[in-house]
Amino acid sequence: MSQFSSDVDVDATPDVGETSGGVFDRGARHLPGWAPWVVALLSAVVVVALFKVLVEDASTVAMVALTFVVYVLAMFFLARWYEGGRTSSDRMATTLISGSFLLAVVPLVSLLLSVLMRGMEVMAPSFFTHTTEGMTLPGSMPGAGHAIMGTLQVTASTALISIPLGIFTAIYLVEYRGGWLSRVITFLVDIMTGIPSIVAGLFAAAMLPVLVGDPGYRSGFMGSLALVVLMTPIVIRNTEEMLRLVSNELREAAYALGVTKSRTIVKVVLRTALPGIVSGCVIAVARIIGESAPLLITAGSTDYYNFSLFNDRVMTLPVFVYNQYVAGNFPLAWAGALVLVLIVLILNLVARIIAKVFAPAGHS
Amino acid sequence: MVADSKIREAADPARREPSNGGEAAPDGGAHASSNLPAASSKRRADAVFAGVSKGAGIVIIILLGAVTFFLVSQSYPAFLASNEAIQSGVGFTRGMNFWQFAAAALFGTVLSAVIALVVATPFAIGIALFISHYAPRRFASGLGYVIDLLAAIPSVVFGLWGMYTLEPVIRPIFSWISGVLTPLLEWWVQHVPGMGWMAENVSWWPLTPELVQFVPPARNILMGGLVLAIMILPIITSLCREVFIQTPRLQEEAALGLGATRWEMIRMTVLPIGRSGIVSAAMLGLGRALGETMALLMVLSAGLKVNFFLMSPGQHSTIASQIALNWPEAQAGLERQFLIGLGLLLFILTFLVNFAARRIVARYAEFSGANA
Repeated sequence: MSQFSSDVDVDATPDVGETSGGVFDRGARHLPGWAPWVVALLSAVVVVALFKVLVEDASTVAMVALTFVVYVLAMFFLARWYEGGRTSSDRMATTLISGSFLLAVVPLVSLLLSVLMRGMEVMAPSFFTHTTEGMTLPGSMPGAGHAIMGTLQVTASTALISIPLGIFTAIYLVEYRGGWLSRVITFLVDIMTGIPSIVAGLFAAAMLPVLVGDPGYRSGFMGSLALVVLMTPIVIRNTEEMLRLVSNELREAAYALGVTKSRTIVKVVLRTALPGIVSGCVIAVARIIGESAPLLITAGSTDYYNFSLFNDRVMTLPVFVYNQYVAGNFPLAWAGALVLVLIVLILNLVARIIAKVFAPAGHS
Repeated sequence: MVADSKIREAADPARREPSNGGEAAPDGGAHASSNLPAASSKRRADAVFAGVSKGAGIVIIILLGAVTFFLVSQSYPAFLASNEAIQSGVGFTRGMNFWQFAAAALFGTVLSAVIALVVATPFAIGIALFISHYAPRRFASGLGYVIDLLAAIPSVVFGLWGMYTLEPVIRPIFSWISGVLTPLLEWWVQHVPGMGWMAENVSWWPLTPELVQFVPPARNILMGGLVLAIMILPIITSLCREVFIQTPRLQEEAALGLGATRWEMIRMTVLPIGRSGIVSAAMLGLGRALGETMALLMVLSAGLKVNFFLMSPGQHSTIASQIALNWPEAQAGLERQFLIGLGLLLFILTFLVNFAARRIVARYAEFSGANA
C-alpha cells in the first residue's frame, strides 16, 4: 500500500506544477455542453466536403475514421486554448477511451449482422436434415444435418466426461486441500488452460491410433478426447471459484449438526454453489462447441450421418463451415456459421439466466 | 487411494487442521456418534467420496502425463531423423529440414501474435478503462457482457467473417498505407548510408519498401494479425478490467480530491497499480494468439519465408495452421511425427509464455494490498 501511495506522489507533483495557477485554477472557464457536438458536426462536414472534392469514390469507413481524427484534434486544440492543458487532455482521454469501446463493438455487430444476413439466404428446413452427400448433383438440397448431429454427439460425450471429472477435481482442490498433491494439480490445471487447441487435437490423434493399433483410426471419440483436454480445466477453474464463494459458516453449521463431510459437500456446499457451477458448465460447453482445429485433425469430415462414436469419422459443425469455405460453397459455410453462432449465443444466454434465476437468496 | 485418505484423516487430524483454514474438522461429529449402527456406513460414504474426488485429481495428472508422453513418444523420430530422411520422407516440407521448417513456421507464429498484441493491447486497456471508470455503473456489467460475447464467437466464424466482410473494408486502407509509406521507405533506402546495402543483402532486414508493398487480396500476415487481435481482445480486456476494478478506492478519491481530472486520476492511481496486471494480461493474450489456428489458416495464404513483407500474400504461415493444413493428408510415420514435433514446440512455447505471465500475476498478488 505504502509503496503505491509514494508512486502517486511522485507522479502527481509535475502534473500539478504544469498549470500556471495551481490546482484550483481548473474549471475557471468551461466549454458549453453543446461544444463537442458542434465540433463533431463541423469536422464531419469538413471531411465529407474534402472527400467529395478530392476523391472520386470515397469509402464510408475512411470518412468516419477521418472525421474521428479531425474531431479529436479540433476538440483538443479548442479545449487547450479555452480551458487549459489539463482539461483538454482529460477530454481527449475520454474521447479516445470511449471511442476504443465503440470501435470494439463494431466488429461484433458487423460479424453478427453478416452471419445473420448471409446465413439466412440459404436457410431452409432441409438444411437441418439433409447432408452434403451427392451435393454436386443438379437439384440437390445440401444440408448440415450430419454435422449438427455429429456436433451434438461429440459435444455430449465430451461434456459427459469433462463435467464430472472437473467438478470432482474442483471439490478435491477446494474441500480436501491435500497438500502437495493439490498444488501439483493446480499447477497442471494452469498448464492445461494454456494448451493450444490444435495440440490437444494432436494428442488425441497421436494416442488413440497407438492404443487401438490401427494407424488410420479416426472417430468421434477421438475428437471428444481432444475436447476433454480443453474443457476440463475450464470446468475446474469455474467450479473452484464457485465453491470458494460458499461461506465457511455454512460448512461449520453443518459439521456442528453432526453431518458428515461428504453429506455436507453434497447437500450444503454443492447445493449452494449449484447455479454458478451449472452456468459455468454451460459456458464451457459453448466454448467447446465452436472448436474446429482439434476436430479437423481428429473427428475428420464425412458427407453422411455417422451415429457411431467409436467407428469412422464424424462430421462436426465447425469443420463443416471450414470445409465449405475451403471448397468455395460460401452460402453453405455462412448457413453453418449461423447455426453455430446461434447455438453459442443461446447457450451463453441460458448460462446467464441460470446464474441469475437460480442464485440462492442473499448470495450476492 | 481410499485407504490412504482414510489413514491420513484418522492419523493426523492435527496436521490437517491448520491447512484447512477456517474449516471445522468434519470427523469430530462422526466420531461422537460412532457407536450407532449407521455411523460406519456414513464413514464409508465419506471415504468413498474423498477417494472419488482424489481420484478425479489423479486422472488430471494422468491426462496431462499422457499428453506429454504421447506428444514426445510420437514425435522424437522427427527430431532425430537425418535431413535427407526428412527431405525425402516428408512431402510438404518442400526441401527444408525439420529445424528450417520449424523456424520459419515459428517466425510466422510469433510475428502474427506480436502484431495482434500490438493492435489489441491499447484497445483492450481503453475498453477496460471505459467499463471500469467511464461507463455509468448500471451499464458496466452489461458492457462487459458485450465484450465477452466477442470471446464466445467460434474462431472458424471469425475466419469466415475476416475473409468476406473485413477483407474488402481493409483492402483500400492497406493500399492507402502502402501508397503513403512506400516513398518514405524508398527515400530511406536510397539516402541513408548502409541501408541500401542492408536491403539488398540481408533477406530478413525489415526496413525496405517491401515491408509495406501491398499485393491484393489482403491475405497477408497483417490482416491475419488484425483478425487475431479482435479474437484476443476480450481476454485481455476482461483481465485488465479485473485489475482496474481492484484499484483502492481511497487512492482514487484522494487523487480526485486534490483536484485531479479523471484522466489524471487514472494515470496516477489506476495505471501504476495495474501495470503488472496489464503486462500479464497481455502475455496471456499472447499465449492465446500463439495457439490460435483457424483465423490464420483461413485468412493467410501460406508460405514459409522469414521476412517482414507484412502486406504480401504467400510469405508466412504459423505452426498451428501448418499442422491443420497438412495433417489430413499426412502419412502415418515420419510425416505425422514431424507434425507432432511441431505441435510439441508450440506447446512448449505457449507454456513458457503462460508461465511467465502467471509468475507476474503471482508477484503482483503478493505485493498488492488491493486484493487483501
